Amino acid sequence: MTVQELPGAGASYRSTPPPAWRPRTDAAPLLPDPEPYRVLGTPAAEKLDPELMRRCYAELVRGRRYNAQATALTRQGRLAVYPSTVGQEACEIAAALVLEEQDWLFPSYRDTLAAVARGLDPVQALTLLRGDWHTGYDPREHRIAPLSTPLATQLPHAVGLAHAARLRGDDVVALALVGDGGTSEGDFHEALNFAAVWQAPVVFLVQNNGFAISVPLAKQTAAPTLAHKAVGYGMPGRLVDGNDIAAVHEVLSEAVRRARAGGGPTLIEAITYRIEAHTNADDATRYRGDAEVEAWKAHDPVELLERELTARGLLDAAGIQEAKDAAEAMAATLRERMNAEPVLDPMDLFENVYAEQTGRLREQAEMLRAELDAEEQS
Amino acid sequence: MTTVAVKPATMAQALGRAMRDAMAEDPTVHVMGEDVGTLGGVFRITDGLAKEFGEDRCTDTPLAEAGILGAAVGMAMYGLRPVVEMQFDAFAYPAFEQLISHVAKMRNRTRGAMPLPITIRVPYGGGIGGVEHHSDSSEAYYVATPGLHVVTPATVEDAYGLLRASIASDDPVVFLEPKRLYWSKAQWNPETPAAVPGIGKALVRRTGTSATLITYGPSLPVCLEAAEAAREEGWDLEVVDLRSLVPFDEDTVVASVRRTGRAVVVHEANGFAGPGAELVARIQEKCFHHLEAPVLRVTGFDIPYPPPMLEKHHLPGVDRILDTVARLQWEN
Ligand SMILES: Cc1ncc(C[n+]2csc(CCOP(=O)(O)OP(=O)(O)O)c2C)c(N)n1
Repeated sequence: MTVQELPGAGASYRSTPPPAWRPRTDAAPLLPDPEPYRVLGTPAAEKLDPELMRRCYAELVRGRRYNAQATALTRQGRLAVYPSTVGQEACEIAAALVLEEQDWLFPSYRDTLAAVARGLDPVQALTLLRGDWHTGYDPREHRIAPLSTPLATQLPHAVGLAHAARLRGDDVVALALVGDGGTSEGDFHEALNFAAVWQAPVVFLVQNNGFAISVPLAKQTAAPTLAHKAVGYGMPGRLVDGNDIAAVHEVLSEAVRRARAGGGPTLIEAITYRIEAHTNADDATRYRGDAEVEAWKAHDPVELLERELTARGLLDAAGIQEAKDAAEAMAATLRERMNAEPVLDPMDLFENVYAEQTGRLREQAEMLRAELDAEEQS
Repeated sequence: MTTVAVKPATMAQALGRAMRDAMAEDPTVHVMGEDVGTLGGVFRITDGLAKEFGEDRCTDTPLAEAGILGAAVGMAMYGLRPVVEMQFDAFAYPAFEQLISHVAKMRNRTRGAMPLPITIRVPYGGGIGGVEHHSDSSEAYYVATPGLHVVTPATVEDAYGLLRASIASDDPVVFLEPKRLYWSKAQWNPETPAAVPGIGKALVRRTGTSATLITYGPSLPVCLEAAEAAREEGWDLEVVDLRSLVPFDEDTVVASVRRTGRAVVVHEANGFAGPGAELVARIQEKCFHHLEAPVLRVTGFDIPYPPPMLEKHHLPGVDRILDTVARLQWEN
């Protein structure tokens, strides 16, 4: 329906549009297919790369175990908090696997697993959540931005970095992760708009896990899907089953490929579900029922892939056991390392506020030093 | 002997020149903001930069302050030195989330691994008859945020020198430009810009013996005028220009107040919890035994910035400064 056909529009609506007006882009190719893209359990699965899928499987199993171990560490008081990604592992793993070494990942506070799957030392990845330091790694070394706690604020960073890399002629793609709630933030809007205007090599992956803490998607947005938001900025929107790692990997790969080739940004909405509570501090029974959770458990990302690979003869009992053993070994090491008390130096508080310490900070550092010395003597 | 052309230059020209020279010397310096390209900024500070360096180096961004500063964070993460223009003081507020949560903290969060060399230019303050939201003095918000440097020039030389120092700094700098001084002129040779001390150093702009006026940015000329006028009353006032609010050059301030024994802090920003409150507290701590009178403040009122027809009543002027100086005669 064009403006001219609006019901009840008066005569003034029938005048020709002003000279400058014209649609910039045909919206149709940007629109997401309203049916989430799936591979596992469909004929498309015939074309799966066995090697890649076995790798995905091993990572999924490890990811699930990592989630369980981290949650256990909160119960033991070893982690202050842990936002679990049980149920979302396919998104986390696929995001890590589609990137080349020179590419950058921009995670939110929930995405420790993606950082670990990209190769970050799990203990370094957990310092934020343990509380010994905000970022336990050098972002440049790993090409992983600090886990961002203020929602959606990492998205413009991803755009700026990708833009800078392109200005310098470097082959770098930035992949930014955000939750469904984060898409309501102004920074989400500003980042997508900048990315599209600059044609920056960025991929935005929304993990729509159904809730922003307790608020369901229906109270978050009135858009048909979150992927539809892409069209308004002039970039393609894609909808994918976030529990189908083959599908997520494929859709992400395609977007990364396009970004790398100069085709600009893509917004991808992965429909998934947070099986556990928001964090260990949350009571999920206040805002959702068991039936819903059970229904989603029946669509588990690890099982989906396991079933497919087993049915196709790409995975056997020994392969499953091997993945489990590797995951156990990772968990044991993580447990052991996290049980060691972190060594902290309170004087670090005054380091790295500025390149050069201000006189004010030097004074305050001396005060703390004296307090510490007095403590030691008593 | 060759005579160098020493021509009158405005602060606006000196600021533009500073960016131009920085861009010419360092290809990683990028200027970005609303209307900074083709138009040269609403104050024309970035005039000519897009033409000389191309739109990739001087970029008209979409109209979104959080987006501008957020993108600058990513650019700095990748090794560029973005110089961001916020069009007016009150329009920087949408970018505060990025400023406070990321720009100010990135070095600290990453334990020094990822410093952000971003310069954020903010035209600030009143006195130009601007309508609502065009005259805020927002320095208290910036100085209260650890991790930011906060700098404000009051002279043409400083506009150039401090902006060059800010762009060269490996830390983020909020560069406050007193917009009512944009058109102030000085004899200045852009080919051999005077070497001025960098960030963190205050300057005694006028020596005196009976009291110290401590000020910065738009209030410096007012204080110098007040000091001249005070001579008639028998006051010989020293005037200290802070130039940099963070870090704050305590040594220069303390030395001056210990010499004169009396001090008045002058700024346009609201008084309550304004930068002056901090300065007064520091002076009391460091100069208590040298003080002949309480340290006083002349500031903007604690009101939202008034409509332009009333701003002259709000802004600290010569008379209000002189009245306050008179109150330093404590023994009477
Ligand atoms: C700017 C901001 N506002 C509020 C919060 C508090 N908060 C933390 S997580 C969260 C919900 C996020 O939901 P969503 O974006 O869907 O991500 P998810 O937790 O599902 O991964 C809220 C409101 C925050 N971190 N940042």
